[in-house]
Amino acid sequence: MLPDEMREVRAITEGLRQTFESAGYGEVWTPALEYEEVLRAGDGAASKAGYRMFDEQGHVLALRSDMTIPIARVAATRYRAEGGPLRLCYFAHAYRSVGRGSGQQREFLQAGAELIGVEGPGGEAEVIALLLAALDRAGLARHRIGLGDGALYRHLLSNLEVPAEDHADLLERLSARDMVGLEMRVAQLGLPDSARQLLTRLPELRGGPGVLERASEAAGPSVKGLQTLYAALEDRGVADRVIIDLGLVRDLSYYTGAVYEVYDPAVGFTLGGGGRYDDLIGSFGTPRPACGVGLDVQRVHIARAAEERLR
Amino acid sequence: MSAPDLSRLTIAVPRGALLGGTLDLLDRLGIDTAEIRANDRKLLFEAAGIVTMRPSDVPTYVEHGAADIGITGKDVLLEQPEREVYELLDLGFGRCEMVVAARRGDDALGEALRRLGRVRVATKYPKIATAHFAETGRQAEIVEVKGSVELAPLTGLVDGIVDLTATGRTLAENDLEVLEQVTVCTARLIANPVSHKLKAEAMDRLVGEIRGEGP
Repeated sequence: MLPDEMREVRAITEGLRQTFESAGYGEVWTPALEYEEVLRAGDGAASKAGYRMFDEQGHVLALRSDMTIPIARVAATRYRAEGGPLRLCYFAHAYRSVGRGSGQQREFLQAGAELIGVEGPGGEAEVIALLLAALDRAGLARHRIGLGDGALYRHLLSNLEVPAEDHADLLERLSARDMVGLEMRVAQLGLPDSARQLLTRLPELRGGPGVLERASEAAGPSVKGLQTLYAALEDRGVADRVIIDLGLVRDLSYYTGAVYEVYDPAVGFTLGGGGRYDDLIGSFGTPRPACGVGLDVQRVHIARAAEERLR
Repeated sequence: MSAPDLSRLTIAVPRGALLGGTLDLLDRLGIDTAEIRANDRKLLFEAAGIVTMRPSDVPTYVEHGAADIGITGKDVLLEQPEREVYELLDLGFGRCEMVVAARRGDDALGEALRRLGRVRVATKYPKIATAHFAETGRQAEIVEVKGSVELAPLTGLVDGIVDLTATGRTLAENDLEVLEQVTVCTARLIANPVSHKLKAEAMDRLVGEIRGEGP
């Protein structure tokens, strides 16, 4: 990275950092190398670590692929004794495997915030409002949040008594948004028409709060949770920038409730995302509710440049 | 700052075998395709909100948001699984079969497997071919070719091919016979993940009309 690009990236990270810090989110730093077993304790797929190596005793080390698991470990160990809410932010490199020529970087800069010890929906509302303000400060104007519930489809499958052995396959298709494959797979379940309709059409619902009114009782607690979260976002005056998306599933397994993604109409890819992960910190010690968000700084930078071109 | 028009969709339309079915579909949706039908060199039709391209480029344009939605074959999607696009609808037209074929009569594929423990297969679809032979437990060396795949087994380059066929005529004319069906492919409607949210209303209207739920 040369000076021209570096100056622009710094302007973005400074804007994010100032917003996070003034909201009480203190910056933390953790090593890029973690014991693989630590990452695996947080997430069965070791959070999709792309690079592994051995130390001199034969322990497997991995380069972290996101910051949420390392921060959960810090919260469970270094802050074990503290009861109140914990607000942390980070600016750090993470690592992923990429296809050659895909234009993606193996090492990418993540910026994010984690709110630990605050239950939903107040926690998510605070984090989403913080995220919108931070992106304003970083120079974006058109960014929007897609909001869903990672557990919604699982609730729906259980309520409709879909056999447990079919769940993983259906969720995988939904997560890839292969709606054709999902419809075919649902058709094979031999469910009554109404249930079939629900399983294929509910995840297509997205838009304003009207979506939640249309969502059926079958999705039960998730829809109720999203309703109260949306009301909390209205109270904070940011609901008009939030799009409810009942088909949203983030592919990290540690999310337990609300999930969200960040979009900008100037670019075709998501800028980041996050969600509620109430069980993650418990894998490293005392359980605590938590939620957070992470941004890919380079993508924010590209979106900012694309917005400027459209002006 | 001018607000982006969220009611307008840019559509990536495939040239080649799927073009006719795609234009017929767009006509039914009330999109004027006369200019596209009359002009096979022009690529960008701004008035209609349409860009035309090779079918295999459609996921690329849609993934990057250069088009909001696109139409392409399932074969293309299977060959490019890393593309982050949503697959919304099976459009039903453009039905083709992905098949394993080999020279008629001499069982080159079976013989290679029996004597050498592996087969050589030419294809334009290396991912689909690799997956098919792996799933059926056969060692295969996949040879990627860009042009007419039918030539490869005739010249002894390979023992068999994996290719897409609609009628089987080209295969038959080159003295090749179909040995196995890998999968059936039809045209699919795909969408950019961000447009799917930000232009939800326009996209739902279009999907509803295609499904025949009326405007």
